[in-house]
Amino acid sequence: MAQTPTPADFSLLPPGAGQVWACGTPLPLENGAALPALEVAYQTWGTLNEARSNAILICHALTGDQFVLGPHPITGKPGWWEQIVGPGKPIDTDRYFVICANVLGGCMGTTGPRALNPETGAPYGLSFPVITIGDMVEAQARLIEALGIDRLLAVVGGSMGGMQVLEWSARYPARVASAICIASAAHHTAQNIAFHEVGRQAIMADPNWADGDYLSRGTVPRKGLSIARMTAHITYLSEPAIARKFGRNLQDKAEVSFGFDADFQVESYLRHQGSTFVERFDANSYLYITRAMDYFDLAARANGNLAEVYRDAATRFCLISFTSDWLFPTEETRRIVHALNAVAANVSFVEIASDKGHDAFLLDEPVMADTLRGFISATAEGVGA
Amino acid sequence: MTTSHSQLRADLKAIAAMVPSHARVLDIGCGPGDLLAHLRDEKSVDGRGIELDPASVNAALARGLSVIQGDADQDLSGYPAGAFDIAILSQTIQAMHRPKTVLSDLMRVAGSTIVSFPNFGHWRVRAALAFKGRMPVTQNLPNRWYDTPNIHLCTVADFTALCSELGATIEEAVAVSASGAARTIRPGSALANLSAETAIFKLSN
Repeated sequence: MAQTPTPADFSLLPPGAGQVWACGTPLPLENGAALPALEVAYQTWGTLNEARSNAILICHALTGDQFVLGPHPITGKPGWWEQIVGPGKPIDTDRYFVICANVLGGCMGTTGPRALNPETGAPYGLSFPVITIGDMVEAQARLIEALGIDRLLAVVGGSMGGMQVLEWSARYPARVASAICIASAAHHTAQNIAFHEVGRQAIMADPNWADGDYLSRGTVPRKGLSIARMTAHITYLSEPAIARKFGRNLQDKAEVSFGFDADFQVESYLRHQGSTFVERFDANSYLYITRAMDYFDLAARANGNLAEVYRDAATRFCLISFTSDWLFPTEETRRIVHALNAVAANVSFVEIASDKGHDAFLLDEPVMADTLRGFISATAEGVGA
Repeated sequence: MTTSHSQLRADLKAIAAMVPSHARVLDIGCGPGDLLAHLRDEKSVDGRGIELDPASVNAALARGLSVIQGDADQDLSGYPAGAFDIAILSQTIQAMHRPKTVLSDLMRVAGSTIVSFPNFGHWRVRAALAFKGRMPVTQNLPNRWYDTPNIHLCTVADFTALCSELGATIEEAVAVSASGAARTIRPGSALANLSAETAIFKLSN
């Protein structure tokens, strides 16, 4: 006999796999609503020093989570930034207190569409409010405050994580000693929005999505979510990277099958990416988080004048882009650099030569590692951490 | 990370001597940041750099300096007036596409501008042209005519004339020789134009 799931069953975060902080007060949101209850799931590494001056907040990307270091509680795989974070690594956990929290709207323990709506006792689903990058930052800011940290040594992130970094330094300049924004942009472009819309439509076209009510129905929109992932994954790679990895190579066969099986390795790879993603991610979370990225336009609050957002900023900025990243191209980063220059902010910028596309920030890029190590270390010396 | 004085190139040493402690400094074409690191360590300046070459930017960032990868020909115009106390253009002006625009941009963004350049009026340069009839290749100008990045070479007299055209006051002018010795020169003097291998000017508005 099928059991009615208990509330705990809805979280993808296995019980006991990490820390969860419950905020005692409602969280006001940019759309005018408020979340009556907020929980933030997070992980920390290293030790907070006595002066509380060595804390680094890492902001994860769209499909990332708080498991910067592994093993991941669902997949068992290494964390998503093992080459950058750890003892002796550029973000040195022997020296810094490193925090990463699952974003608002996420599905790894922080309040999101899988959480129970206190008003109905059922999972939010589509009754979850549409959230923004700013709302994600507000949730993190509350956690950081609860951890007793007045000023972060660095806020760092790539892609959507970079958007949060930009938002953090715009909202709370006094709480951010340095901001490191990698492969990101101050707004989501029309092309970015277009790709997200394809992903969302794939999810919503899946009958198992059931108008977002799949948790109550006991179904999972696997097909839709995996197609969304497959589409997005292409945008994370560069043509040379795909060509090098797969070319036109066939998958376990000598000739094409004259059918629609995964003849090509690249098809097989994408299918695998899609099907494994479904095991660790939630379809509604995907809708909400992609929407938050689409809505991101940092300059909108200053009538389109990005520089005005950072007037009088005392934060040290470091911006990094990659030559082959066509999803968040260098020109988007350069716009931010020029805006920061216009207010004479302290800014560093480097475009790193890489043929790995947008994904480069997650991969082994020694130049990025050297830059991060030097920049963070210099900031730490500057504040005596 | 302290750079000792002796490791610094001779003209950079002379430039460093012109920079007051705790100044806000913008170094155009800062390379891997030797001068900025020296100024940070020895004079506690708040330094920034602009550099075209990605590898040099990486090297500068890895040593903790604030440097942006960019092109002074394009990126300077965005800075607000008076953002810096000192702008430095060391051995770079001769490679700029629009040296006059860059110089006036620098004078806008900084209270003082320090410019160092190889003096094309130096006697060795003149001798190469006059007696050999060849474009000069010297220690200071090591490239041949077809592979040099130096597209806008000038003499001390030329640069002095540009300063007057831009309404810049020459606060200080020194010549640096290959041996590293720096001596004060009179910008208008014909002898200075003949004897200075590298010239360094400190300008103000």
